[in-house]
Amino acid sequence: MTESVTKTESKLEKLLASGAFAVTSELGPPKCADAEIVRKKGGYLKDAVDAVNITDNQTAIVRMSSVAAGVIAKGIGLEPVIQMTCRDRNRLAIQADLLGAHALGINNVLCLTGDHQCFGNHPESKNVFDIDSMQLLDMARKMRDEKLFQCGKKLTNAKDIPVIEPNMFLGAAANPFGDPFAYRVPRLAKKISAGARFIQTQCIYDMERFKRWMDEVRKRGLHEKVYILAGITPLKSVRMATHMRDNVAGLTVTDELFRRIEDADDPIAEGQKIAVEQIEELKTIPGVSGVHIMAILGEHTVAGMVERAGLLPRPKV
Amino acid sequence: MIVAERKPFEEIYNNVRKHKSILVLGCGSCVTVCMAGGEEEVGILSSQVELGAREKGDDISVIGHTIKRQCDVEFFDDETAKKIEQVDAVVSMACGVGVQFCVERFPDAIVYPALNTSFYGATMEQGVWAERCAGCGECVIEEFGGICPITRCSKSLLNGPCGGSDSGKCEVDPENLDCAWQLIIDRMDKLGRLEELEQVRPPKNWSKNRDGGPRTITREDKRL
Repeated sequence: MTESVTKTESKLEKLLASGAFAVTSELGPPKCADAEIVRKKGGYLKDAVDAVNITDNQTAIVRMSSVAAGVIAKGIGLEPVIQMTCRDRNRLAIQADLLGAHALGINNVLCLTGDHQCFGNHPESKNVFDIDSMQLLDMARKMRDEKLFQCGKKLTNAKDIPVIEPNMFLGAAANPFGDPFAYRVPRLAKKISAGARFIQTQCIYDMERFKRWMDEVRKRGLHEKVYILAGITPLKSVRMATHMRDNVAGLTVTDELFRRIEDADDPIAEGQKIAVEQIEELKTIPGVSGVHIMAILGEHTVAGMVERAGLLPRPKV
Repeated sequence: MIVAERKPFEEIYNNVRKHKSILVLGCGSCVTVCMAGGEEEVGILSSQVELGAREKGDDISVIGHTIKRQCDVEFFDDETAKKIEQVDAVVSMACGVGVQFCVERFPDAIVYPALNTSFYGATMEQGVWAERCAGCGECVIEEFGGICPITRCSKSLLNGPCGGSDSGKCEVDPENLDCAWQLIIDRMDKLGRLEELEQVRPPKNWSKNRDGGPRTITREDKRL
């Protein structure tokens, strides 16, 4: 991306604007109220990555709130990216959380629709989906740039005290492998026009298809308008590779990758080796601004992979 | 039509066995078409209750009766009123509207629902019904080429498919559910209107939906 004017206090935005190849990762909050585990997991990622996504009831399983865990992570020096989904909250609750998150020092939000609750641990719950990820982006952008709530009313403060808007660096997800494939790039364009300034993609197990998607992204000049961080999730076992291939909608695992995991004496090491190779390859793809490493239950493995990919130490901004 | 399914027999029977005489009251409209609560189903349930009573040693007399609609006052004629008054309880085989309307019309009657009312849908083939309208109060079907994303997308998304669209199917139930957004995109492409989907659609006004509270429509031009 060529534009280098930063709008927010986000360290991630500053780093991307500097032209550095960014590394982000993910931290899943605990299924209990333990702040210490957030600090422990965060400790593995500190100094290894530029920003850390804090998931929001990921796969519809209840965990500590992403805003709360983000504040704890920030307390140990991480740059949190709060994930915010539309599944569990309506527009009132989301706007309240955006205000609260910024007041607590959060500068990055990843705007998501959210997995359907049928996949989680409360399948009998009522979902919300009052708004979708696109409308969430647009709402967060208007709160920041126009100081307006979704209803059109102004953000206000006590008399004679300036209004502080939730000045967030806004991101969104993209799935280059989902169907309908032909609509995936137009959908990205739509997210950009709604306000997304960085994109984290679904994890890549089919590099050729990802490259074809990037070709289309560049053809429309979208890489000039948004920072694209390519998703990496190291495979750990044949079971995981099978699950990713067969059960996760919109994911393809190439036969070659599958075979490498299948033939490996140590599938975990092989998965990490593949991830490092993928990072090396992604660095060379025009328009890719960084990588987003989602190591499922593997926060402690991220630093090693980043180092082997030649991306340590991380630049200071 | 309103599509419903009959409740399990045990659930119905647990209610009716508290009474000596019941009327199984069918409805001749939607639930007849979806084979849940019409004349035929009244016959089947009546026989089941009689049989169940015999097996369990309960003393229950059953009469069956079906009217054209349980959601319109005029169809509760004198004959029906008499039957309702002569029994201890009514088992209504209408949708939730009919059950409540029966209670409103006969405030002294005890009325049990025999159906689980599910959705507004269509008959896809004999024995298969599918939801096609969510009754959101502000129809947007035309803007999506004739396919309703509110009803047919599992997340009611208005701005395109989520990541759970796979080979035209929705990840929530790939066996039975098409991805509404695959259908919308294919349809809009065929109509040459694909570019319309690139506009970000604002949040929906859900106040016209049930979220605004129970709804009433009053047409002054039609009132007597």
